[in-house]
Amino acid sequence: MKNETLAIATEGLSKIYGSGNTEVIAMQDASVGVKHGEVVALLGPSGSGKSTFLTAVGLINAPTAGRVLINGEVVMDGPRAMTNLRKFRRSEIGYVFQKSNLIPFLNAVENVQIVMEINGYGVAEARRRALDLLEELGVRDRADNLPSMLSGGQQQRVAVARALANHPSIILADEPTAALDSQRGRQVMELFAQVAHDHGAGVIVVTHDQRALDIFDTLYEMEDGLIRRAEHSESATL
Amino acid sequence: MNLAAKDIRHNIGRFALTTVGIGMLLMVVMGMGGIYRGIVADATMLIDEIGADIWVVQKDTRGPFAEISRLPANLLYRVESVRGVEDVREFVFHTVQRDYEGSALRIAILGLSWPRDTGAWVSLIEGRPLVQNHYEMIADESLGLSLGEKIQLGKESYEVVGITKSMISAAGDGIGFVTAADALAIQFNTSGEALRLERAARKVRGENSDIGANMPILLEQASRASAELPAFSRPQISAVMASISPGVDPAQVIAKLEGWSDVSVYTSQGQRDLLLKGTVEKVRLQIGLFRVLLTIIAAIIMALILYTLTLDKIHTIALLKLVGAPNSRILGLIIQESLFIGVLGFGIAYLVGQRLFPNFPRRVILTNEDLLQLGMIVIVISIASSFLGIWKAMRVSPNEALS
Repeated sequence: MKNETLAIATEGLSKIYGSGNTEVIAMQDASVGVKHGEVVALLGPSGSGKSTFLTAVGLINAPTAGRVLINGEVVMDGPRAMTNLRKFRRSEIGYVFQKSNLIPFLNAVENVQIVMEINGYGVAEARRRALDLLEELGVRDRADNLPSMLSGGQQQRVAVARALANHPSIILADEPTAALDSQRGRQVMELFAQVAHDHGAGVIVVTHDQRALDIFDTLYEMEDGLIRRAEHSESATL
Repeated sequence: MNLAAKDIRHNIGRFALTTVGIGMLLMVVMGMGGIYRGIVADATMLIDEIGADIWVVQKDTRGPFAEISRLPANLLYRVESVRGVEDVREFVFHTVQRDYEGSALRIAILGLSWPRDTGAWVSLIEGRPLVQNHYEMIADESLGLSLGEKIQLGKESYEVVGITKSMISAAGDGIGFVTAADALAIQFNTSGEALRLERAARKVRGENSDIGANMPILLEQASRASAELPAFSRPQISAVMASISPGVDPAQVIAKLEGWSDVSVYTSQGQRDLLLKGTVEKVRLQIGLFRVLLTIIAAIIMALILYTLTLDKIHTIALLKLVGAPNSRILGLIIQESLFIGVLGFGIAYLVGQRLFPNFPRRVILTNEDLLQLGMIVIVISIASSFLGIWKAMRVSPNEALS
């Protein structure tokens, strides 16, 4: 079923902050579709509305208008939630941030394990799967280390493992390589491509990093709140 | 996975210091309650231990524990003659303060009705009861006197023949048990010079009166020791304690004695109530208010600490919300940490208090009932004080995890 429907679809998504003279249109009529296993890059300058789009799709900030569909199900219709958003986020969406945002008092494996326990996994099963994910992402040997003892790249790998933990339909990543050097940055981007293809998740990555765009299946560009599809050949100018 | 336990383990130093601080505060609250219990126990101990059924005191007074009561010593025999009275003892009680080995020594002197009462009812931890009418004392250990030690009181010295434990007056002074005669001698001890001056004044007053001029022999007699003069009363006692014969209704004896116009009569429970409603009541209110204030302060401090701890975790809480953690999980994190601090603080308060309170100058009695009550209060304030942190946590947007 997952392969027949879009992992994410947005229809005419808009977000307006303030009103009257203070009105700011952060996002306007954004319509995007991401298939399962597809890796999408969202490009654009600061203030272009990328994060607004990402938080709307991630069910964190309600749009002013438009619809968000996940796996074909309408979850946001304008500012109205059509489902329990927190429950939906828990089971369908994985997040990766610019900073890894790991819980500082949990070690690497616990950071992955906790999201599964929240989603109803048993402790033993959650731990086993968390260790498997860390193994898959090459940080199994740091499982018992606190985030403060991990390098930036290792932390991002743990964050990706956490994002994958609940078999989400979509993974949303906001500048995940900003804190990494180019080599590490590329590794993380390749990781997203790998997990999208291996796990069948739709992945949207907001990035400024021009060096790894070849990894993405599709590129979108945002400017002044408007989103449009871009070609790989355009990437150098984005 | 228990997030509270993980957070506490990660920040063990901070939690330990916070818990010790709260524990010290709770120890003061616990101590306040214990001090109150100690005062009540000390105040009522004598009434409870002495074993009298009724107390006969000066008319319209509330008895020797509430105010001064003066009765003639021969009242003892009047009370004894009443049908249904099995035994009588005089009650002589007063406090003296003397310099002893460089520091002030306060002794609550209690006169035992020798030879009927040798102090056999007193719980001795060392030594023996009194075996002679004069110059022996049973002393509470809080007085710091040792067995065989002699202490000068008035014109005589008294040898410590027995040591008791926790025999304290309502004012917190250790009790020294002597015979009633010795207690009166200590209480009415007057210097030789004062006696000579009194005799001289007595003689001058006589010379200036008609009766002195007409009967010079009276002037000669007036200059003798007052104890030898029939017109001078003997030193007075504070009360008469009576035991009722088995099978006799105390109400009947009390009704009989209350018919006398010079005395008032109370049961032991009556004396106890008067004591608790009098001096001890004010202490109870004072300590009770302090206890309430300290409990409120502890709650406020706990609330502020938990609020600060929650603020430190705002990013984590936002992240938990972002990944879909239900509110119960976040509330659990805050409330469990709050309960951890409260309950462990209570444990620290109890353990430290157990070692510290015995060194206090007044008795501190921790009853199971009080500990249970305080434990419940701690749980309530732990939960209540986490509300501020919970309120903050509930207002956190998952968006904050992105910043």
